[in-house]
Amino acid sequence: MRSPSPAAWIRRALPTRRRALAVAAVVVVLLAAGVAGTLRPAEPDLRTEAALITVRSGPTGDEPVELDTTLYLPPAAAADAPVPAVLLGHGFGGTKESVRADAEEFAGRGYAVLTWTARGFGRSGGQIHLDHPDYEVRDAQRLLDWLAARPEVVTDAAGDPRVGVVGGSYGGALALLLAAQDQRVDAIVPMITWNDLARSFLPEQSGEGPEQGVFKKGWAGLFFGSGGNSGPAPLGGSGPAGGLAPGGGSVPGGSLPENAATTAGAVDPSCGRFAADVCAAYLRISTTGRADPAAVALLRRSSPAGKLDRVEAPTLLVQGAADTLFPLTEADANAREIAATGTPVQVAWFTGGHDGGDGPKTDSDRVRHLTARWLDHYVKGEGVAPADDFTFSRIAGFDALDRGLVASGFRATGYPGVDGTGQQPVSVSGPAQSIANPPAGNPAAISSVPFAGELSSLLDGVAGDIPGQHARFESAPLPAAVDVVGAPTISIRAASPTGTAVLFVKLYDVAGDGSATLPNGLVAPIRLEGLAAAVEDAEPVTVTLPAIVRRIEAGHRLRVVVATSDQAYATPVEPAVYSVALASGAVTLPTVASEPIPTDAVVWRWVLAGLLATIVVGLVVVVAVLRRRHRRRESRVHPAYEGVPLAVRELRKEYADGFVAVSNVDFEVHPGQVVGLLGPNGAGKTTTLRVLMGLTQPTAGEVYVFGHRLVPGAPVLSRIGALVEGPGFLPHLSGQDNLKAYWRATGRPWADAHFDEALEIAGLGTSVHRKVRTYSHGMRQRLAIAQAMLGLPELLVLDEPTDGLDPPQIAEMRRVLRRYATGGRAVLVSSHLLAEVEQTCTHAVVVTKGQIVASGPVEEIVGESPSVLLEVTDPVAAREVLDRLAGVSVLPDGDGQLVVDTNGTARSEVVAELVRAGIGVDRVVPRRRLEDAFLALVGENSRGSGDR
Amino acid sequence: MMAQTTVEPGAGDSGGTPSGAAAGYRPFATLPFGAEFRRQASRRRTQLALGFMVLLPLIILIAFQFDSGDDDNGRGEFGSLVEFATSGGLNFTLFALFVSASFLLVVVVALFCGDTVASEASWGSLRYLLAVPVPRARLLAVKLLVALTYSALALLLLAGTALLLGTLRYGWGPLRSTVAAELEPGEGLLRLLAVLGYLAVVLLVVAGLAVLLSVSTDAALGAVGGAVLLWILSSILDQITALGVLRAFLPTHYSTAWLGLLSTPIQTDDVVRGAISAISYATLFWGLAFWRFTRKDVVS
Repeated sequence: MRSPSPAAWIRRALPTRRRALAVAAVVVVLLAAGVAGTLRPAEPDLRTEAALITVRSGPTGDEPVELDTTLYLPPAAAADAPVPAVLLGHGFGGTKESVRADAEEFAGRGYAVLTWTARGFGRSGGQIHLDHPDYEVRDAQRLLDWLAARPEVVTDAAGDPRVGVVGGSYGGALALLLAAQDQRVDAIVPMITWNDLARSFLPEQSGEGPEQGVFKKGWAGLFFGSGGNSGPAPLGGSGPAGGLAPGGGSVPGGSLPENAATTAGAVDPSCGRFAADVCAAYLRISTTGRADPAAVALLRRSSPAGKLDRVEAPTLLVQGAADTLFPLTEADANAREIAATGTPVQVAWFTGGHDGGDGPKTDSDRVRHLTARWLDHYVKGEGVAPADDFTFSRIAGFDALDRGLVASGFRATGYPGVDGTGQQPVSVSGPAQSIANPPAGNPAAISSVPFAGELSSLLDGVAGDIPGQHARFESAPLPAAVDVVGAPTISIRAASPTGTAVLFVKLYDVAGDGSATLPNGLVAPIRLEGLAAAVEDAEPVTVTLPAIVRRIEAGHRLRVVVATSDQAYATPVEPAVYSVALASGAVTLPTVASEPIPTDAVVWRWVLAGLLATIVVGLVVVVAVLRRRHRRRESRVHPAYEGVPLAVRELRKEYADGFVAVSNVDFEVHPGQVVGLLGPNGAGKTTTLRVLMGLTQPTAGEVYVFGHRLVPGAPVLSRIGALVEGPGFLPHLSGQDNLKAYWRATGRPWADAHFDEALEIAGLGTSVHRKVRTYSHGMRQRLAIAQAMLGLPELLVLDEPTDGLDPPQIAEMRRVLRRYATGGRAVLVSSHLLAEVEQTCTHAVVVTKGQIVASGPVEEIVGESPSVLLEVTDPVAAREVLDRLAGVSVLPDGDGQLVVDTNGTARSEVVAELVRAGIGVDRVVPRRRLEDAFLALVGENSRGSGDR
Repeated sequence: MMAQTTVEPGAGDSGGTPSGAAAGYRPFATLPFGAEFRRQASRRRTQLALGFMVLLPLIILIAFQFDSGDDDNGRGEFGSLVEFATSGGLNFTLFALFVSASFLLVVVVALFCGDTVASEASWGSLRYLLAVPVPRARLLAVKLLVALTYSALALLLLAGTALLLGTLRYGWGPLRSTVAAELEPGEGLLRLLAVLGYLAVVLLVVAGLAVLLSVSTDAALGAVGGAVLLWILSSILDQITALGVLRAFLPTHYSTAWLGLLSTPIQTDDVVRGAISAISYATLFWGLAFWRFTRKDVVS
């Protein structure tokens, strides 16, 4: 026969519980490995060295100042294995701690990273000179000297370290100014920073200089406030890589180290830690709202503008679109100036900025990747040269999971600038309108709230124009979507009775339902002078609107708003009424020919497709293999048992806990037989029947039905009708519906079911239409027998069929079963009642404790036994007497009864012998074989029915 | 009574097939889909669950009639779903789905899938189905398919009723939300169908878990409750941000990604990842369920 498969062998060798434990252990180990792998710090061996370094700088280069620094060294860095370095600057109001995460990341990539707290902040000494070439920039030069002296840092020449400079905002401008001032810098990555600080704080979008600029008082106040007394909140946004972690790192308010206060002991309360000239300039500008030439010169001194022709270090400029402080045009100006000398420049825009923070994760990942690639190539000398491409991104919507924003990235070859690679004019129209300038700029429209969080400019409710203070010009709904990338322009005319006007021009995206969005809260302030009194006479003025990255959907309108006030800017105090009209009837929208940057979303889509394909293919293969295997096994017939309804061979069932339910069970059921499986409770009858029905896998041995080996689900089971372990019905269906539902499940023709016969056997009458839930135990039992007989199977297996039946029904059942077995069919009945087997069955198999103790035709088993039960007056004496008789043996028994095996000696002879010996014989009961076997092995403890 | 029973000799003598099966018996014709569908349809549990799916939109609709109009439903995109719920049939449907997605639908799917095998085991009818014999893999496959059909039916009934009631009461308008400015009704309906489709995919995890538990226990309540409990546990763990990237492996992590289907332009990244996660988990759970069910000893 078939040898057991290896899998079966393993299954047997490993008990179930141990198998479960093994599986559980594997799962736990895998999970633990996953958790450990995720939570383990990426760089456990990172070394850091914090130190206060005294550098000499200032105009003469001899003013000492202490800088608070930390050097991060990668594990591999050593004197004999020096690594390139990164100088990492922080944003305004921050400290070296604000950039710790970025520093660790660079160090993890194999750079020695030096971070420091700029002078005037944190524990560093000195005053804030706003990235002054003689102060902050010279400080950084001294730090380059210091790096060059470190043995762990690679040098290009003596005193010239291999170094890249990275920083956001304040640190970004420092990187630009340092590269312009010191040719030892090998590459820079300035982020979200300025080109011209004067223009940033005093923008004017009709082409005038900062002297005519409109003071950005909101941002300026925040800037100044945070630098005043080592302010509470660091500024400069949290630019990705090299940016700032908002809220991180500033020392507790006002706790200046004593040695840091280089200028006198007392700090001027109006200037805080600002240098006197910077402070004075701020006070002048913010008082008047105008910048005098001295103030402009001071701000220009701190600006990369005009100095960038000296930059030779390849530059990656990263600028944020959500930035009302340093808009995209600042990076544009930086890029142009640097590129003019032939230095490699790459520009990347992302959706964050001073208003937008790091932006969505896809964005910060892109910036991180670009930065790493830039430094790896130009500082470390690894990897291919970054291609000359321009990348930008656009907010694509909300992330449903993280409640953040989602950006989609785009790539274009070559940097197109803020004018785009193409222009699309969109007509806007509207009559000339009169608008009022509110006195002292109050109330004012709110376009953006500095540092209000990344969503402030995107959600409705922030942007609001005051009625009477703004003019509107609208376009028709756009026929197709336009992807605006760059700074749109519009030409307007304005008239003022005073000859001057400060106006704010904004471009709204108006959705179909009328809701208007001001992209990133950006506005274009203009200060016009020499205006005519009537708008008809006014000269057209071209206004460059803020650079944006936005898709204007089809069906949306463009709305140009010209307002007189804005919360974020200083406006004229005197009230006035201006007139504004459109000069040209169109807004010019710049566009950039670009392609989407493929994201991992594409990969995931393929993964999904692959997964589905794998599942389908796997399913087909598994089904095909199983079908083939089944078919081969099922068609095999054991020749010896071909006509035998049931042959059980050496059946053994051992449960997982080691309990042996049956062992070496061997019997056959032949056509025409009603075989009784007799045994007490727990003898293994039900286990045998369970195996027979394919409910349980035998541990060893085989069962054949008409020669087909019986395994769970074997088709030959369809020739067996069964009642095992009591009835099982759907309680909510009637008896009849249950039988129908059962037969429907067989998938066999209705005609084969013989419902009427089965229902007749059930004998439930009209109750057959009641729900099974309401049935008595006996009714269910009868229904179950009827179900077993559906289709008139050739072998009927009934487990305790008379359980719950009353005596007439039991008698009837016996007749039914006997009749059923005629005509080639066979019946196997299990019972723990001797009498029942005796009266119903033609053959009997007696089992106890899982083993067969007797089997054969009932007549044979039930026939006269050679043993006799004697009740005597004196059992002890009787035993002696009987022992003397040749061939007669006394079987062990108790209670004054003797079971005697006469072994051929006549019963009368035995009685006579006892009487002769003077022992009184009360009863002589002849015994039968079946009873003998049953009682001898089973004992007298077999209990009543219903107790299985 | 049984007295007049006659048994035709020879009527059952039909073992002519190579597999030894009775005449008319074909393993792949056993327990037809329709038979199992009717078995489940006759159950009060099925009728109640489906009935509730019809009733819920009606209850929500009535509840909205008490709206005094001055309550604060909170901020954010969820708040907006509540605010916009009465703006049209599509939005009403979206709201009904939103309030049911996180728990009610999970319970309903767990009920259909977790109860299917375990209840047969507890009635004792499972062993008779196996003795028919319905091949075990087929039994589980049919039961799973029927349970999934009922789950889909529940989802469609909920959405369909909500759409019908919402449209009758609030009219046929564009789909609004703060993440999508406004979607034309036709486009909105498509998005709604996509949301339904994604919800159905996410709920496959519950279905997988419930089926696995269903073949592992005879207590139907244990299988249903267990699946819901594990789902809740996963949701709780997903709230703990300290778990970091591990959260992405939780079966519930992407359960709200369908909100991305409402934004403009449509956000499908998380939907795709969520589908991968859900299908992987469901396949794993079903695989385990089949492995276990085709090997276990049925002793109930």
